[in-house]
Amino acid sequence: MALPPNFDRNCSTLIADYPQILMAHGGGGRLMHELLEKMILPAFGNSMLYARHDGALLDFGEEASGRRTRLAFTTDSYVVSPLFFPGGDLGALAVYGTVNDLAMCGARPLYLSVGFIIEEGLLMETLGRVIRSMQVAAGRANVQIITGDTKVVDKGKGDGLFINTAGIGAVASEQAIAPASLETGDVILLNGDVGRHGMAIMAAREGLAFENVIESDCDCVADLVLALLAAGVRVHCLRDLTRGGLATALNEIAETARLAMALVESAIPIREDVRGACEILGFDPLYVACEGRFVAFVPPQDAERALAIMRSHPLGAMACDVGRVTGPSSHGLVTLKTQIGGYRIVDMLSGEQLPRIC
Amino acid sequence: MRYIDEYRDAAAVRSYVKAINRITRQPWAVMEVCGGQTHAIVKYGIDELLPKTITLWHGPGCPVCVTPVEMIDKAIEIAACPDVIFCSFGDMLRVPGTLRDLLAVKAGGHDIRMVYSPLDAIQIAADYPKKPVVFFAVGFETTAPANAMAIVQARRRKLSNFSMLVSHVRVPPAMEAILDAPNRRVQGFLAAGHVCTVMGYTEYEPIAHKYRVPIVVTGFEPLDILQGVYMCVRQLEAGQASVQNQYSRSVRREGNTRAQWLMQEVFETAPQQWRGMGTISQSGLKLRADYAEFDAERRFGKARPAAEESTECLSGAILQGSKKPAECPAFGTRCTPERPLGATMVSAEGACAAYYRYRRLPAELRVKEN
Repeated sequence: MALPPNFDRNCSTLIADYPQILMAHGGGGRLMHELLEKMILPAFGNSMLYARHDGALLDFGEEASGRRTRLAFTTDSYVVSPLFFPGGDLGALAVYGTVNDLAMCGARPLYLSVGFIIEEGLLMETLGRVIRSMQVAAGRANVQIITGDTKVVDKGKGDGLFINTAGIGAVASEQAIAPASLETGDVILLNGDVGRHGMAIMAAREGLAFENVIESDCDCVADLVLALLAAGVRVHCLRDLTRGGLATALNEIAETARLAMALVESAIPIREDVRGACEILGFDPLYVACEGRFVAFVPPQDAERALAIMRSHPLGAMACDVGRVTGPSSHGLVTLKTQIGGYRIVDMLSGEQLPRIC
Repeated sequence: MRYIDEYRDAAAVRSYVKAINRITRQPWAVMEVCGGQTHAIVKYGIDELLPKTITLWHGPGCPVCVTPVEMIDKAIEIAACPDVIFCSFGDMLRVPGTLRDLLAVKAGGHDIRMVYSPLDAIQIAADYPKKPVVFFAVGFETTAPANAMAIVQARRRKLSNFSMLVSHVRVPPAMEAILDAPNRRVQGFLAAGHVCTVMGYTEYEPIAHKYRVPIVVTGFEPLDILQGVYMCVRQLEAGQASVQNQYSRSVRREGNTRAQWLMQEVFETAPQQWRGMGTISQSGLKLRADYAEFDAERRFGKARPAAEESTECLSGAILQGSKKPAECPAFGTRCTPERPLGATMVSAEGACAAYYRYRRLPAELRVKEN
């Protein structure tokens, strides 16, 4: 297939601006999106990729029996350091992360593949712990790991262990769950407090001792999503909050859908310990990573019922209504009514947040 | 959360806004000195709650913004030397020098570490005795005592592989420079609460007296800032010009004398170049001769003058309170946080970056009122 005509031009402006890959190119912010838009999407461009959702939908059409097969397919790589942190570990993340991406497509997760990239010298006991954790996580998420690959790289050429998983799920709903389905007036529901995973990792990685140990929220949300769909709630879009947190997830959807969103700061739950840690480091918790949180966009008529269903589930006990889709916006503006009643933009960051000087 | 939530209470905010409205009879121009205050003002929309007659000008108190390009270039040059472990606070890593930033040097395979305290850098120097370890000492009087402490510890632990690239700035001379400017608009100051926690506020008293400006030592939460504005406007309306302390839960008149002693032991005042503002006498700190062995510029050579900002950049005028970010034709188009033209866009706490992040499209924001 011929490359789109603008591929070389976009690609060469990107190379001129950033001759080398920076950490920010993987940080979930503006630079990562530039990389996707200027190099990756144009190279592989197709309608499924351009839908910019958490996974691709494969529609195999209707069979003679009248049965329609629709699958969701997604992949993710996991490179967290340290491998074990309060509330989770690399193995659990590698299962839940991919399972959650499938759930965001409205699919029941079924099968995973797993690829291990192991650094020479890794303790066998460590690998065993990670794999046991994956086994437990797969059991909880009700998925089977059915194919995989193992590679070992030289000492110094990997950070202990990297894992890639890909997953397939059966689409559980006839609804088109995607940014393109958003409508003005949609209510934005969030299943719990934000920022816990990022601060747990930060504290563990940097040896920061806060008063309490902050535990990651790392968990599988598929069951909760399926409960919403099974109850017939009209779900226009779903997105799990990973790196870049709530703010980045909403900016991505708003930009793709070309719709504006308005949030209410006081409605967004953030635990005291997470807020405290963020205050100390100068982080905005809205941009801090989560691993067991998602937003659901539902029409206002369905919002109350959806909230009730979410709150009756252990992973949605703190579910809340955090804002609205307010109308067309060419660049997908996300705004926030601040705690004290002012207004501000919630923008997409360039890269990751960096702790400030004073 | 204690000490946070009560200072972000919406009802208390409303009552302070009312009180400010009640006492304000004329237009006033007040400058908040510190970048942390600017950030809070724009983030919470505090300025929009104030009467239209009160203008908040954003001051030069963002250490990342005002660090001269030549020091960033020097940091990059040192960090790119073989074997060097270069330690810096996180937000300095993204500041562009003439050609690139420290993150790009890191991407090139050099050992650049983000630390949370200069004492972390001291530990690294102890852990890697064969490698030169350099700490980038940037900041106002708030960070200087900890950096002084690091130097004292380096000597005590005989860490001859440790050195410091110093680019410290002091608030009072910069305030005087702003007041001396021929076209000055600023009529009162909100002084930086954290700087005064260390330094106290006696050195501001002669400034208030000499220039006939009220100075209110102010904190960083929405209510702190509103109370600071209230106290400042009350003085302005009454024709007074004294130093008052809003941030009394943290600041004493004499400051933290132990921290001041450490600073004076290790550093002495020196002329200092400010990005966007030029050189201001007495506005910097350098290592005393007795501690010169820890001066990174002695080991790796002096910083060389770098080309000034793009001529299009208004950051000098913005840092001195004579222009607002939106008055710059390059703002948000040719100048963004990804590709900054100058000082006030390079750090999250710079005025332009704060406006870019929270205020880019004021018209569209207003529509969201319902």
